[in-house]
Amino acid sequence: MDMIVCVKQVIDPEAPPASFKIDAASNKAVMAGVPPVIDPYGEFATEAALKIKDAKGGKLTALCLGNALLREVVKKPLSMGADDLILLEDPAFVDGDAWSTAFALAAAVKKIGKFDILFCGREASDTNAGEVGPALAEILGLPCVTLVKKIEILDGKAKVERMTADGYEVIEVTLPCLLTVSNEIGEPRYPTIKGIMAAKRKEPVVWKPADIAVEAGKIGVAGQRAKMTKLFQPVKEGKCEILTGDTPEEAAVKLALRLREAKLI
Amino acid sequence: MADNKGVMVFCEVANGKLAGIATEGLGAGRKLADALGEELAAVLIGTGVSALAEEAIKYGANKVYVVDDPLLNEYHNDAFIAVMDKVARQANPQIILMGQTSIGRDLAPRLAFRLGTSATLDCIELAIDPATKRLLQTKPVYGGNARAIFTMDTNPQIATTRIKAMTPLAPDAARKGEVIKVDAGLQPSAIKAKMLQKVKEEIEGIKLEDAQIVISGGRGIGGPDGFKVLAELAKPLKAATGASRPPCDNGWVPSTMQVGLTGKIIAPEVYFAIAISGSSQHMSGCSGSKNIIAINKDPEANIFREARFGVVGDWKKVVPALTTKVKELVSG
Ligand SMILES: Cc1cc2nc3c(=O)[nH]c(=O)nc-3n(C[C@H](O)[C@H](O)[C@H](O)COP(=O)(O)OP(=O)(O)OC[C@H]3O[C@@H](n4cnc5c(N)ncnc54)[C@H](O)[C@@H]3O)c2cc1C
Repeated sequence: MDMIVCVKQVIDPEAPPASFKIDAASNKAVMAGVPPVIDPYGEFATEAALKIKDAKGGKLTALCLGNALLREVVKKPLSMGADDLILLEDPAFVDGDAWSTAFALAAAVKKIGKFDILFCGREASDTNAGEVGPALAEILGLPCVTLVKKIEILDGKAKVERMTADGYEVIEVTLPCLLTVSNEIGEPRYPTIKGIMAAKRKEPVVWKPADIAVEAGKIGVAGQRAKMTKLFQPVKEGKCEILTGDTPEEAAVKLALRLREAKLI
Repeated sequence: MADNKGVMVFCEVANGKLAGIATEGLGAGRKLADALGEELAAVLIGTGVSALAEEAIKYGANKVYVVDDPLLNEYHNDAFIAVMDKVARQANPQIILMGQTSIGRDLAPRLAFRLGTSATLDCIELAIDPATKRLLQTKPVYGGNARAIFTMDTNPQIATTRIKAMTPLAPDAARKGEVIKVDAGLQPSAIKAKMLQKVKEEIEGIKLEDAQIVISGGRGIGGPDGFKVLAELAKPLKAATGASRPPCDNGWVPSTMQVGLTGKIIAPEVYFAIAISGSSQHMSGCSGSKNIIAINKDPEANIFREARFGVVGDWKKVVPALTTKVKELVSG
């Protein structure tokens, strides 16, 4: 099985909400004092691919788009067990919308050539859009299953389970295909020492717009169809009445009484 | 672009009825259509869905496009995208809305890119910019830490709406509308991703989406046994039980119990967050609750910034005492 997984570098989505700020000058979000990470759903997607690699063998290439990417961050898929890392790294690639980002990724996928499954996370933790995967499927003309929680490889096909609100669907899809992966696939593996050492030694391949023959007007900011006109933090009133007591049990009783008084129970 | 007119709502059908999210979409769509001075169209896709056209009109549609075909019995993305693409090209709307459900999440972006336009998913507010007459699409980003407003110059402008973020109109049988049948024109071979089976993982008791009171547990609950203790509190309150993501990922509870950005979005009267830190992604699923009650041993936990009432302490001590007192209060 030849597989490709798209991952991105993001500000840490699981840092305490209090560290989240919007930098007024650049109109960009920051997690004050917290280093960036690989997007969690990209890790789940990597895990999905590695499970298949464990069972069936094959090759996994990680593909990451951005600029000035931190090597220790973007090498995470390598340390987990991916074979190669390709970076689309250039100022022209960044700040795209789903469409212009997928346009560049699709060009890179074409350059990589043969693959059976192209993986994405179900949605990135910064944009929360969940659109790059479906966009890639449209551009590359691939069948696509989103919100995947389990994958079984059959002859020329994959049998996958897809999350729904009240359970899941079992879907059979022809290969090659695109799958977007949900957290139900299972906890991403921790890199082994061997994996970390291998990742240290391996230098990523860096592709510029010219390497994948994309026009400047179709990628990054220039290629956007959806434009963000405003980014802001909703105001929170945040007034919590804490009920106390000499013991936790006493506080609990006070809580029950207070809820009754407020007619909530 | 000037040729695109009107607002179109893709209406999901659930158990032979218009889904709640569809009536919410029609409510939002009606407002936008009125702001533009244009028509609202509904789209019904499925098998035996023609009978629902009248319903869509009652909820505000001026026109209903009906695509009724045996191949459309279940949601297959290849089929639904092709049909929506056809209907959109025929009707030429400037806005298309659908729900942020497992269907809308899948369908909206594919349709948008096929039509050469774009989509904004999970909108909580939609409005027409008075100056440009374009759709202002507000959605949470960064897991709910921030909000962003998007616009697009291409047509149709496609958006999905978050569950319960939009308000349906009261159904009115006096509303009149036109029903237009569209031929699906599908070949079975067009379906490359084929659904073999639909599995329901029903949770016993009250449904999370419908409950007035929800008791949710987080990572701090520590295992499946802890959720039994929460279920004891749920009983006298006729509450549903939910969870943050870690208990689902750890297999302590089914993943259909997950509340949050990538789980269920709920808005009960009272939401108990027990041993939940209050991550932005979790809060995305419950911040619409009228009253949040937090029980957490960490006084600095973010959940106390979101809650109305709280107790700082070990849930293992707090919850059983709370349950005893609640039982006494509700029976007395
Ligand atoms: C893109 C994305 C989407 C996500 N979607 C979701 C989602 O839909 N839903 C969701 O929930 N999460 C989601 N997450 C994960 C989210 O970021 C958090 O990791 C998760 O919500 C944390 O769950 P928690 O609060 O239960 O655990 P923690 O953050 O670990 O908090 C546990 C809390 O329990 C308290 N505690 C521990 N022991 C006790 C005790 N004995 N008594 C009282 N309190 C105790 C601790 O003080 C702590 O506050 C998502 C993440 C990403 C990146």
